[in-house]
Amino acid sequence: MKSLFKKTAAATALIAALLTAQAHAADYKIDVEGAHAFVQFKIQHLGYSWLLGRFNTFNGSFNWDAKKPNDSVIDVVIQTSSIDSNHAERDKHLKGKGFLDVNKFPTARFKSTSFSENKKDKDYTVTGDLTLRGVTKSISFDVEKIGEGKDPWGGQRVGFEGDVKLKLSDYGINYNLGPASEWVEMELFIEGIKQ
Amino acid sequence: MSIKNTSTSYGSVSIIIHWVMALTIFFMFGLGLYMVELTYYDSWYKGSFDLHKSLGIVLFFLLLFRVTWRYMNINPVALSHKRWEVIAGYIAHFSLYVIILLLMFSGYFISTADGRGIVVFKLFSVPALPVSIENQEDLSGDVHAALAWGLILLVLMHVGVSLKHHFTGKDKTLIRMLKS
Repeated sequence: MKSLFKKTAAATALIAALLTAQAHAADYKIDVEGAHAFVQFKIQHLGYSWLLGRFNTFNGSFNWDAKKPNDSVIDVVIQTSSIDSNHAERDKHLKGKGFLDVNKFPTARFKSTSFSENKKDKDYTVTGDLTLRGVTKSISFDVEKIGEGKDPWGGQRVGFEGDVKLKLSDYGINYNLGPASEWVEMELFIEGIKQ
Repeated sequence: MSIKNTSTSYGSVSIIIHWVMALTIFFMFGLGLYMVELTYYDSWYKGSFDLHKSLGIVLFFLLLFRVTWRYMNINPVALSHKRWEVIAGYIAHFSLYVIILLLMFSGYFISTADGRGIVVFKLFSVPALPVSIENQEDLSGDVHAALAWGLILLVLMHVGVSLKHHFTGKDKTLIRMLKS
């Protein structure tokens, strides 16, 4: 009886914590329904040109208060199988074992651990844990606020952009694409709607 | 040597198309297994896929011709005596045709999943269907690989039965596919 009570109390506390976290995280929801957010990537092809692609399916939310930017938190989950480089045969390859291995690692996630105002050229620096292909690494990159304000339909929106270079081998992708293609540039463009 | 089949023998057209398709399909199986292991800096990385796709389309036209020819001709009577053997043979042969056809379609659906056509030996292009489904290239790829192995297993059975006819049954089943 005592242990049941303990379990119930623990469960209640957990649910309460989750609800609070969700309520907290739901401050701004990334506008994926209206597709005003993009997770793009860019990688060199043979060292002669750029190949661009994107992830079509992702979701996330963030906290934002222009007066307290250092309190911001962001959490984005990307469905790796939604990779789209405008070529099905290549996408099939990229979803396979040598690259994203989407059957084993269906999602990638970025969860920030700190957000700080940058006095230099860029507006803010975000640091957080990126989980890609089962590997979690702390990464840090600059983000810029594009704009913030009311939209014409009664809502409140804010948008950011940021980019970060990732080394493929850091995340267990060792396929030889050539010396110019060991890094991929991730570009994030997000717009959030205030909840 | 007759061009057309008779009730006891295959004509030259049936024999030639049988062996051309058989050899091409074996080659395609090996090529398929080999090309997916090639890496980006292998010089045949692109060419192997182009060849596989081109040959696949050629095989499709050969299959169309073969089935048409089959129905324009009489077929030699099966040399089995047992009724179940004749029925099993019919089902096995029918399955070979169906699996080959499905194998072609599944391959076509991988390459055309994004609306691109298949260029055949740089001569002409087979267009994609106007509709596609979610993750079509992955689904079709899994089906393609499974059917390829299924076909090879069935072919091994086909070879085994023909050898059984030749060595155990001592009939002309194997010989009449070699000369008319």
